[in-house]
Amino acid sequence: MLSNHRAYGPLQRKEDARFIRGKGTFVDDIQLPGMLHGAILRSPLAHAKIVSIDTAAAEGHPKVCAVITGRMLEDRKLAWMPTLSRDIQAVLATDKVRFQGQEVAFVVAEDRYSARDALELISVDYEPLPVVIDAKKALDPGAPVIRDDLEGKHDNHIFDWAAGDKAATDAVFAAADVVVTQDMLYPRSHPAPLETCGTVADMDPVSGKLTVWSTTQAPHAHRTLYALIADLPEHKIRIVSPDIGGGFGNKVPIYPGYICAVVGSIVTGKPVKWVEDRSENLMSTSFARDYHMHGEIAATRDGKILGLRATVLADHGAFNGSAQPSKFPAGFFHIFTGSYDLRAAHCEVTGVYTNKAPGGVAYACSFRVTEAVYLVERMVDLLALELGSDPAELRLKNLLRPEQFPYTTPTGWEYDSGDYAHTLRVAMDLAGYADLRREQAEKRDRGEYMGIGLSFFTEGVGAGPRKHMDILGLGMADGADLRVYPTGKAVLAISVQTQGQGHETTFAQIVAQELGISPADVEVVHGDTDRTPFGLGTYGSRSTPVSGAAAAMVARKVRERARIVAAAMLEASADDLEWENGTWRVRGDPEQARTIAEIAMAAHSSLELPEGVEGHLDAETVYNPPSLTHPYGAYICVADVDPGTGEVCVRRFIAVDDCGVRINPMIVEGQVHGGLADGVGMALMQAIVFDEDGNCLGGSFMDYLLPTSVECPSWELGETVTPCPHHPIGAKGVGESATVGSPPAVVNAVMDALRPYGVRHADMPLTPANVWSAIQGRPLRTDLAIR
Amino acid sequence: MQITVTVNGAEYSREVEPRLLLIHFLRDELRLTGSHWGCDTSNCGACVVWLDDTPVKSCTVLTAMADGRRVLTVEGLEQGGVLDPIQQGFTECHGLQCGFCTPGMMLTARWLLDHNPDPSPAQIREALSGQICRCTGYENIVRSVLWASEHRAQ
Repeated sequence: MLSNHRAYGPLQRKEDARFIRGKGTFVDDIQLPGMLHGAILRSPLAHAKIVSIDTAAAEGHPKVCAVITGRMLEDRKLAWMPTLSRDIQAVLATDKVRFQGQEVAFVVAEDRYSARDALELISVDYEPLPVVIDAKKALDPGAPVIRDDLEGKHDNHIFDWAAGDKAATDAVFAAADVVVTQDMLYPRSHPAPLETCGTVADMDPVSGKLTVWSTTQAPHAHRTLYALIADLPEHKIRIVSPDIGGGFGNKVPIYPGYICAVVGSIVTGKPVKWVEDRSENLMSTSFARDYHMHGEIAATRDGKILGLRATVLADHGAFNGSAQPSKFPAGFFHIFTGSYDLRAAHCEVTGVYTNKAPGGVAYACSFRVTEAVYLVERMVDLLALELGSDPAELRLKNLLRPEQFPYTTPTGWEYDSGDYAHTLRVAMDLAGYADLRREQAEKRDRGEYMGIGLSFFTEGVGAGPRKHMDILGLGMADGADLRVYPTGKAVLAISVQTQGQGHETTFAQIVAQELGISPADVEVVHGDTDRTPFGLGTYGSRSTPVSGAAAAMVARKVRERARIVAAAMLEASADDLEWENGTWRVRGDPEQARTIAEIAMAAHSSLELPEGVEGHLDAETVYNPPSLTHPYGAYICVADVDPGTGEVCVRRFIAVDDCGVRINPMIVEGQVHGGLADGVGMALMQAIVFDEDGNCLGGSFMDYLLPTSVECPSWELGETVTPCPHHPIGAKGVGESATVGSPPAVVNAVMDALRPYGVRHADMPLTPANVWSAIQGRPLRTDLAIR
Repeated sequence: MQITVTVNGAEYSREVEPRLLLIHFLRDELRLTGSHWGCDTSNCGACVVWLDDTPVKSCTVLTAMADGRRVLTVEGLEQGGVLDPIQQGFTECHGLQCGFCTPGMMLTARWLLDHNPDPSPAQIREALSGQICRCTGYENIVRSVLWASEHRAQ
């Protein structure tokens, strides 16, 4: 099936035509007749009792149509909503506020500016409470209890979770020659898509139909959630996710603003638009990471890694809105054994509440795989330092070997396929690894600080098998419908939602490949629950692994239907036909062949078909993945550090990804490029930091620094291709690979550069101040502005 | 207040609030939604348009400041059904993914190419360094601008 790849390959994107002309349709581009505008009043305090809210002056504003508070929502049983982790979250605060930026009131006005004006007219009397901002103090006896709304809750503990064999791991560590330990923080970051979150809600008072245009990566899941939250009939809800200006996990959850806009539309009888501003986006919507990790690695003196241990304190903010499959409160963190052949491993994760924004979404990380990869790749480098070995050699010695696949890890994952050492060698060749080490040695002699950092990652993506994985009870399978019109043109409807990944192109290529037609002849419909089959949406790199598989399978269904019609056309037995060069033909007779277009016309004609065959070629399917897919890669970062200023310059970055079969290599490379920039950003710049009063210090792009074109080098990419054995087209997914794999490479490079100073570790982000402090022997705590 | 602005060659006279930002005037009043709003603080550049002959971040320009002046937005790049080379470059080189930063990137790049028809990659990076793209990691944007520099309009 993989022999004929002519529809695959670099292909310009169908999406581009509208975007380069400024003709995309993003949520804020939508203007409906009579549409009103909503704005949210937010808490200035991180933890405070609400004594009173006075909305009279705002209601008196001539352009204000409604002011909604938590009390009013309580009457509709909407003051609280379920989170994606079966916790609850306040839509609008009633009893108290629990993080700075929390939603307190919602104003609906005739225009954007008036809605904002009216926020200034609302008076809220707060009684400040002590805050819990340091996750390490959240479980202290006597710590203020954040979630006193939960019955019987007397502390800030959310969950304890563990994976692996503790006794076996302890035994391995006890017998090991060498044990290296390190505390490390993966700081809180924010996905910060360039388009913020927003919605236009339109409740038709006559038909009772609710239409919600929304920045959502998962329109179908949102429809079900709206039905459950607001007790609305699901068949009367339509979610439209139009063009999305980047998601990266930020647009997975339902936010209070969405619910407020829906209520606003119900109350006023008119469509209501709500679009958050950048500060609201950074301060209140789902963050990522915030993992305080303690790692331990055990090995023999000659460099055979034996075991790995991790203890994690996970800061989930004020409401546990983490987006993970239900069984896994710490996501897929237990993939932390990485790409290595270990005897035993054990991890423990404890989740806590703090007075920070809620969530804990992906940010291009496949459910905490990013944190896991960072931990193991830092630990391997620290082991190399301890043993005095080259980090590349140490990795080559311990990477899983091709004959070990499918490989079951000590924590229970089954990896699909890989030739890890080969991929690392390709990266080393591309980088000119030996030459780089020579250059580094020469520079060190001259007092110049150059570092070479490696990372090797394995992800588990494409969640997931329904029996193991669900979000809020919704199994993670995805549907696909394929219609083939009489003239042979096809329309594929899918459940996943592009935020820039190019589904309209890639998915057309998948169908085209299966049916022997041109990708130009396949239209991909997505982002509208009235026009597409149910599925859980795009995040965790699941589009190609799950929905892409559904697209291939539904196309194969169509192809099998076409075989019966072709047999009737050719007056042959269907068993005597073979699929060759995009046609059904009589075995061994190339003259007797029919294309899908010819067959489609016949299928809609009066051609007599066998008993029980009704005609047409349309088909539908649901794909329930048998397992996860496991893309992997080898990354090498070359960085120069100025010891006088602490400034880090990423000079080169070599990335060799193996994501299985590449449908559109141009798009794959674009996905990798974007993730690499994310990695540079997270390693060097990005962190959402708080002060001791719980003030968010990362509330704008002036404070939360994202990489620009000058911080990013010209990426150098390579590839290896190891097809996934259980995926219909051998693809593994790639959307998050580079975000997962690149931060440890950058940090390892900087630590490598700082070796002459005896620096073992410093936490991300490695800002000039932080690097300079590390050189002075005093690395900073990067999550809190507390000294 | 009464203002008159020429946008993409067409003259518009409107009564606007003195505080109305240019980006909102373009998007909400003129329905030219190709220019995007991304950050409020002049950091992201999704809102870049030309005011007379200079790229500006229209989220921090008052509409009143555009009175009597010319504005060029992404909708004005295509002339007579012919794409500007920068638009073609972005398509040829996969210079966009979600498309949100793209209009601003293209308008700044157009200005760069008008002033430096043969820029180096470093010059392109410098010119675009006041703008943020969250998808592409910038490499293909640089290639797109280089493509446009190599394929000048006839």
